[in-house]
Amino acid sequence: MRLTITRFAVSFTVIIWRHVLKKFIHNLYVEFLIMEKQHSYSQVKGVSTGTTILAVKFNGGVIIGSDSRASMGESYVSSKTINKLIQVHDRIFCCIAGSLADAQAVTKMAKFQLSFHSIQMESPPLVKAAASIMRELCYSNKEELQAGFITAGWDRKKGPQIYVVSLGGMLLSQPFTIGGSGSTYIYGYVDAKFKPDMSLEEAKQFSINALALAMGRDNVSGGVVHLVVITEPGVKHIVVPGDKLPKFHDE
Amino acid sequence: MQDGIEHGSPSGLKMGTTIIAVEFDGGVVVGSDSRVSAGASVVNRVMNKLSPLHDKIYCALSGSAADAQTIAEIVNYQLDVHSIEVDEDPLVCSAATLVKNISYKYKEELSAHLIVAGWDRRAGGQVYATLNGLLTRQPFAVGGSGSFYIYGFVDAEYRSDMTRQECQEFVVNSLSLAMSRDGSSGGVAYVVTIDSEGVEEKCILGNQLPTFYDPDI
Repeated sequence: MRLTITRFAVSFTVIIWRHVLKKFIHNLYVEFLIMEKQHSYSQVKGVSTGTTILAVKFNGGVIIGSDSRASMGESYVSSKTINKLIQVHDRIFCCIAGSLADAQAVTKMAKFQLSFHSIQMESPPLVKAAASIMRELCYSNKEELQAGFITAGWDRKKGPQIYVVSLGGMLLSQPFTIGGSGSTYIYGYVDAKFKPDMSLEEAKQFSINALALAMGRDNVSGGVVHLVVITEPGVKHIVVPGDKLPKFHDE
Repeated sequence: MQDGIEHGSPSGLKMGTTIIAVEFDGGVVVGSDSRVSAGASVVNRVMNKLSPLHDKIYCALSGSAADAQTIAEIVNYQLDVHSIEVDEDPLVCSAATLVKNISYKYKEELSAHLIVAGWDRRAGGQVYATLNGLLTRQPFAVGGSGSFYIYGFVDAEYRSDMTRQECQEFVVNSLSLAMSRDGSSGGVAYVVTIDSEGVEEKCILGNQLPTFYDPDI
């Protein structure tokens, strides 16, 4: 009789304890994100990526690209050559627009969860899984976070894909997408020039042109152009320095 | 702000707009959309924002509707007086200078941006931008809220040796792209072509505007 009560007491305690521990860890994690965000308030405006990012699907893969400027406030360039293309898995990349601190915290979390997920599933993760993880994080922390993401990659199930997770946590799949402060200037250009099923060369030229045009008009985008080409065989990182960018009529 | 209606001071009529003017060899092409909005509603969907300052000089209006129209009327009057005094057709540069004078003197009170374009005998087709009181001659100029979305497109597509036909296409394409992305631009496209022979006014209806690739269709 006493044994049963003891056993019952022990298992009861264990259940309560696990529940408390889960809550505790969850709170720690949320605090981790809030801490990152508050830390960025303590400076003038935090490091933000006034940015231009884009992703384009072509015949056989995706290209994801960005500029390389990080600014603090609107007038100080804190880095001329930052790489905003983060690899979250072998064939899945993310690019970030908005507060750099938020973006790094979220992508770190997503990278961890994605690798755990791919171990559990015993196969490379789907691009949609990566995008869903970002969406979960963005949506549940929408009050504190200020970052939007483009997730692009290749998986065996659906081939090349691009997902965009916007500021509030909406998830959308598109054949091409642009983001960041510099993207407003190239909406007209990409609307006019995008064709579905481009070749690799055409898609590369399209991305470089679009980024160069945006960098030419947006004062918080600039530096070099980073491109990552993701296809089934692998991943290639291309950097186009400022002097090799295409010039347009007034330059 | 919660319920989507803007509170505070009553929002005047704003011409969130797209205006564009391009110079070609022998004349200019000026274009605009036709939407006038007050807050979230469209109060006029067919407003012609290309207003004549003189026979061969037009200006494109953007910003606050009242301010822009008033400036255009005042300059129209001043230009008439000036052309009687000098006994010949006024220069585009004179018209632009008059607009600039008003924009600069009252820059705190006014919030309108006019692009002045036209043809005169001395310098052919000319386009002047007069934003905030500055005066600058440019091969082409864009303005209004919708212009941000087409900066990349016009930078990439403009060439200095376009013919009259190509200029008109360029203007119509740019307006169509801007109207499809900017919530404050829309309606029909007005295009005015001015050269030594005269002035040609065209109105392109919404369903006749060029369309571009849309992934959702």
